Amino acid sequence: MAIQPAFALAAHSVRLASPTDFDGWRDAARRLALNEVKPEDIEWHIGDAGGTGRDLPPAPVGVELRVAKDFIDRAAAVACHSHSERFALLYHLLWRQRQEPHLLRIASDPDVRRFEAMEKSVRRDEHKMHAFVRFRKIGDGNSERFVAWFEPDHFILERASSFFVRRFTGMLWAILTPHASAEWNRERLALGPGASKDDAPAADQSEDMWRTYFASIFNPARLKVKAMQSEMPKKYWRNLPEASLIPGLVAGADQAAREMIARMPTMPAPHHQAIQARHWPAAEVPTETEAQSIDALRQQASQCRRCPLWSEATQTVFGEGPDDTELVFVGEQPGDQEDLQGRPFVGPAGKIFDAVLQETGIDRTAVYVTNAVKHFKFEPRGKRRIHSRPNAGEVQACRWWLAQELKLLKPRLVVALGATAAQSLLQAPVAITKQRGQTISRGDGLAVFLTIHPSYILRIREAEQAAAERARFAEDIRTVRAMMAA
Amino acid sequence: MPILSTHEKLAILSDAAKYDASCASSGAGGRDSLASRGIGSTEGMGICHSYAPDGRCISLLKILLTNFCIYDCSYCINRSSSNVRRARFTVDEVVRLTMDFYKRNYIEGLFLSSGVIRSPDETMGEMVEVARRLRLDEKFGGYIHLKTIPEASAELVEKAGLYADRLSINVELPTDEGVKRLAPEKRPETIRVSMARLRSKIEEKAEPTLRTKKRERFAPGGQSTQMIIGADATPDAGILKTSARLYGSYQLRRVYYSAFSPIPDASSALPLKRPPLMREHRLYQADWLMRFYGFDQGEILDGTTDGMLDLEIDPKLAWALRNRALFPVDVNRAERETLLRIPGLGTRVVKRILETRRFRRLRLEDIGRLCQSIAKVRPFIVAEGWSPGASTDASRLRETVAPQPRQLALF
Repeated sequence: MAIQPAFALAAHSVRLASPTDFDGWRDAARRLALNEVKPEDIEWHIGDAGGTGRDLPPAPVGVELRVAKDFIDRAAAVACHSHSERFALLYHLLWRQRQEPHLLRIASDPDVRRFEAMEKSVRRDEHKMHAFVRFRKIGDGNSERFVAWFEPDHFILERASSFFVRRFTGMLWAILTPHASAEWNRERLALGPGASKDDAPAADQSEDMWRTYFASIFNPARLKVKAMQSEMPKKYWRNLPEASLIPGLVAGADQAAREMIARMPTMPAPHHQAIQARHWPAAEVPTETEAQSIDALRQQASQCRRCPLWSEATQTVFGEGPDDTELVFVGEQPGDQEDLQGRPFVGPAGKIFDAVLQETGIDRTAVYVTNAVKHFKFEPRGKRRIHSRPNAGEVQACRWWLAQELKLLKPRLVVALGATAAQSLLQAPVAITKQRGQTISRGDGLAVFLTIHPSYILRIREAEQAAAERARFAEDIRTVRAMMAA
Repeated sequence: MPILSTHEKLAILSDAAKYDASCASSGAGGRDSLASRGIGSTEGMGICHSYAPDGRCISLLKILLTNFCIYDCSYCINRSSSNVRRARFTVDEVVRLTMDFYKRNYIEGLFLSSGVIRSPDETMGEMVEVARRLRLDEKFGGYIHLKTIPEASAELVEKAGLYADRLSINVELPTDEGVKRLAPEKRPETIRVSMARLRSKIEEKAEPTLRTKKRERFAPGGQSTQMIIGADATPDAGILKTSARLYGSYQLRRVYYSAFSPIPDASSALPLKRPPLMREHRLYQADWLMRFYGFDQGEILDGTTDGMLDLEIDPKLAWALRNRALFPVDVNRAERETLLRIPGLGTRVVKRILETRRFRRLRLEDIGRLCQSIAKVRPFIVAEGWSPGASTDASRLRETVAPQPRQLALF
């Protein structure tokens, strides 16, 4: 950093009111910079120590000084650093910013790096203070008060206190440090002079409990002393009630871990048999009989392992609807929402499906809705799941369930929504866009009506085109309704 | 049974809780006690109030309500067949302990879990009662994490979400087969459906209600889960695949990996050895690559033969060594996604590079000042005045960038 060593003949000497007098620095710095006073011509002093105290020139009228938006906030943090040259560094950066407005964003600049390092050090100190302050209680009930002794590296008490105000608003507390103290009376924060460790209470009855917790939550089989010390350096230990246990825990860890491993498995605890008998009676092994009802079939399908799709999905999404219905809709496979809720056609495509059914006068609760594939197939992409199309093998594996459903329901008409459903029902590839609106009679006499899957409408970007496609879909469903009325 | 003091119960029920890895107190958003005049706040980022000699952060009072349990999961110290000492806190004891610790600034809040006694609803009901009393009677504004029992009723889960910042359900093991073998009474199907319901509920409550236009409070810190690593034979590739599925399916904030630790009075079904801590560490690194570095689950281990992460070097470096054709990358030109793939550069460094290079061209020394170890980065980048030449392709590259193995002691 290009700061000249302070010498007695500096043109300007500024005396700040306290080690954290950021407002004083800001006012002085503004006036000096606007009067073109170079960094090397200023000496910064704190309190009564030194300084020749020449008056500062007033800021010229009509001139502005602009700095990066975050500079003030970050400089306020750096001003709390314990380094004696912090105010000079801040002025130096202010000075440079007049010519280099983006200076703070240039991470490779040595002055910026120093500024960042100091800022980081202050913020870390503040964070550690939030973490490691340990209050001790005085009194009980309504008169209980909490007092802590803490030794920060920098002048951060005032900055850090607002955190304790927000957190312990309903409590009477004081934090004492060598440089200053802060006291909260449930209404306002009072800052006072520094104190000594003896001014804080000596012990607290809860500290034993806390030490017990600290010792018990530690797993001796995972000893990582370095990791602990990098986050909780030894300098803090003297004010942490739990720290006195650390050497003992570390020394005994190896032995404790060895004992954990060496201790042979013992006989089950005496109450174990009783618990097993009461809560986990041997389950009946379900016999693989052919289901006689949709409910029984659904039960069987919940454990389906006919293809590997179950392992990624949440649950089997089975068909839904009355078992005496004459009309069955078959979709492709469940999507994200269906997988979560365990019900078919409840996601975005299901919403279109429901709306079209309602428009055309078909009661969804009176029809049976199911899918060709009963588990959701997807690719995870971060926090989302991208639908992937089931392959022929998966459709084939799941066809067994669809066949059972149709066998039990014996519908008059099955509507295939999309190519996958059509392929599963007809066991042949189907060109849906060409064949939609047709009814195909299967070898076993089942009538299969072909139309698109409602998700197709969702994929059309152009609003007009999507509306047209939706109308065509509604037309198909109207045809279905007419067929059922016949 | 002798009557135990709160102090004795604390020793038993925190010892019983230490195998749960999560201690995070983040994600709850901002909340303070200025308006309530009560006690407690959360500020988005959690605070670690202490560190145990196992290097793990102590942020929350992590305890079980009881370690009596009707389940017999072989990896768990509290399984019904274990001879461990048993204890049971009263609701009142947990509330007092939490407030006592919190007021002394020992903790950020409470992580309450429990063995299942009698029925899932009865246990869950007591846990919810602890949270309710903390919030309403004590005006407690700190962090509350409740471990949710998968079989608990929807009403109880709804109440839990009203008072808690985070809810979690442990998937326990990376595969359903593993759960069935080691935790025979647990039902992986139920665990999945419970996580799905939690996600739906969190999403539903995140929408403003029609009537009041306000959002109802429901677990603002989201849901998380934990998998035990090394108790079964699932390779890392399988573990990461499960993680990717869980993140995508249930919008988890975190998946925690817990290296299986030997427990006193262990079941003979399990490996009796020290926990695979390095493996756990590498899994967390890989998890980070998936969540913050744009890596796809598949590519992290693509090209390995055993589907295991390299224990000696971090997964990004291992990936880069297998994909050298993509390097060197020009730090003055490459896009963010590409910069994130350079070994040794974290998300923050990448951000600083992008910011700085708008005004200055970066030299190798500049990168060196921004990152931790330039030796690891050097062969993979081009910078102003620097090109790695043939070193990117050198067959000994791994030796130069891998951390030096510790010298063996003479015996």
